[in-house]
Amino acid sequence: MHMADALLSPAVGATLWAGTAAVGGYASKKLKVQIDDRTIPLMGVLGAFIFAAQMINFTIPGTGSSGHLGGGMILAILLGPHAAFLTMASVLTVQALFFADGGLLALGCNIWNLGVYPCYLVYPLLYRPLAGEGRRPGRILIASVLGVAVALQLGAFSVVLETLLSGRSELPFGAFVLLMQPIHLAIGIVEGIVTAGIIGYVAAARPEILESVAAARPVGAGVPLAKVLTVFALLAVLTGGAFSWFASTQPDGLEWAIERVTGRGELSEAEHGVAAVLRGLQEKTAFLPDYGFKAAAAEPTPGDAAPAWPGIAAGTSAAGVTGAAIVLVLVGLIGLGIRSAGRRPGSTP
Amino acid sequence: MNFHAQYFDLGRLDRLSYRRTAVHALDPRAKVIATGLFLVTVVSFPKYDVAGLVPFLLFPVLAATLGEIPIGFILRKVLIVSPFAVFVGIFNPFLDTRTVAVIAGLSVSAGWLSFASILLKFALTVSAALLLVATTSFPGVCHALRRLGCPPIFVSQLLFLYRYLFVLAEEAMRIVRAWDMRAVAGRGRGATVFARLVGVLLIRTLDRAERIYQAMLCRGFAGDIPRLGTLRLRSGDLVFVAITVVFLGVCRFFPVTEGIGLLAQGIWR
Repeated sequence: MHMADALLSPAVGATLWAGTAAVGGYASKKLKVQIDDRTIPLMGVLGAFIFAAQMINFTIPGTGSSGHLGGGMILAILLGPHAAFLTMASVLTVQALFFADGGLLALGCNIWNLGVYPCYLVYPLLYRPLAGEGRRPGRILIASVLGVAVALQLGAFSVVLETLLSGRSELPFGAFVLLMQPIHLAIGIVEGIVTAGIIGYVAAARPEILESVAAARPVGAGVPLAKVLTVFALLAVLTGGAFSWFASTQPDGLEWAIERVTGRGELSEAEHGVAAVLRGLQEKTAFLPDYGFKAAAAEPTPGDAAPAWPGIAAGTSAAGVTGAAIVLVLVGLIGLGIRSAGRRPGSTP
Repeated sequence: MNFHAQYFDLGRLDRLSYRRTAVHALDPRAKVIATGLFLVTVVSFPKYDVAGLVPFLLFPVLAATLGEIPIGFILRKVLIVSPFAVFVGIFNPFLDTRTVAVIAGLSVSAGWLSFASILLKFALTVSAALLLVATTSFPGVCHALRRLGCPPIFVSQLLFLYRYLFVLAEEAMRIVRAWDMRAVAGRGRGATVFARLVGVLLIRTLDRAERIYQAMLCRGFAGDIPRLGTLRLRSGDLVFVAITVVFLGVCRFFPVTEGIGLLAQGIWR
């Protein structure tokens, strides 16, 4: 679910870059004060671990499709939010540069969607209170399934918002949400189970590793569970209400989306598989006629299409401004949240 | 198959970046800045603009040819990651059906224009990013980022990640090979075994991190990775950036494609 440059407008891309850079600067400043030298190689090697783990696939029972590890949550559990955020950011940077997954302009969006949510929202507010300090496998399982699922839902929803605010795609909101959210719910649950399995295995085989991690990171320890759960329950009701409202205003889009979802179970997962290569070939054949078309369309465009343009351009720029405002508010809220959460334990200067 | 292909592709991009060509010799900072400007300019084009984007193909094509990077290799990587952008864009032709042009008796809807624009932008931006690494090397990009104000801790993180990516990928490859030989006829392929295998990999990784740290302490590590050699901006680098800026500016603000088209029509008549 990596966002792509081609779907972005500069306003949305720049805003999310600004937000990501601010969080990144905050994380590095925090780390400079908090960590010992030991953590620096640890972060680097764990980032490489995420890649290596992604190269191992498993079969999802009953579907025949394959899944792999996502990474944000497991890094947060092992490293704490600040180090995990920087590690996730580095993983996404390498993905953008080497695998061309996403793009450099969309990297801001991707780090935001896949880094900020798991490390700074879900881990301190959901995972830590639910998993607790104990090593009980049941709690770890519930916490990581919920945590990964919520983080992925937030990320997928942000992809939808970023795409729509950029105004490059015509997909209506309701249909797009219905395409993205259920797939990522399924992926999130599977990933959560796998994350719990890995953490459980490490806890059983080498308990001292997790204990040393837990001892060093007080973040989120002071957040009361009941408050967190009410907040998330409210969020769930609100978003559920919003989704169903949009869905009911788009009945035909809904049917169409469901059809698409059932046909697309493997598509978003098999990005690197043989299927992707085949699809790539398919697209290549569909791609070439477009090139011919583009050359042909080039000249008549300005004269004929001119009347349609001003309205559309005004729409996209208005969307850009709205998106910028929304993300700025989000950044402000998260910044405030982190500051107040950071003050409470009293251990950080 | 998929796994090995991915791994060796990574190595190939890395090897390409150590060639010696005029493009490789440019200062990494100049290339990072030029690529950034290129991306912003391309993405800033309005939704329905296809013609204006076409001249920008010159940039990746020049970088690939002057840098002696095989274009087929880059194109294949672009195609492999295209599904998401194509999937989101493919709805445009069906949802935005206003006719904007008639070409040779075929009416063209606005949706096809915007879809074509998305595809073109996708090809341009992704190939630009790949070419940046292929002509600069990943450590080169990292040092450029550091000199351009990126936090040192993040740059160290990127360099560490890159260094151990290959080591751990080989480790994972051994695990996958052993798993393939033991998981016969699809048995033992599920999430439980997967979690244990990744758990083993994780424990080995953590042990490795500890050994690395000890070894680094022996070599005088004090929280930062020093760089061998210094970056120097030469006049050639400045000329390169200046030409890029002029090229991008002209292509962005003047209808270059239409001008060329009109000129061609004039000559035809």
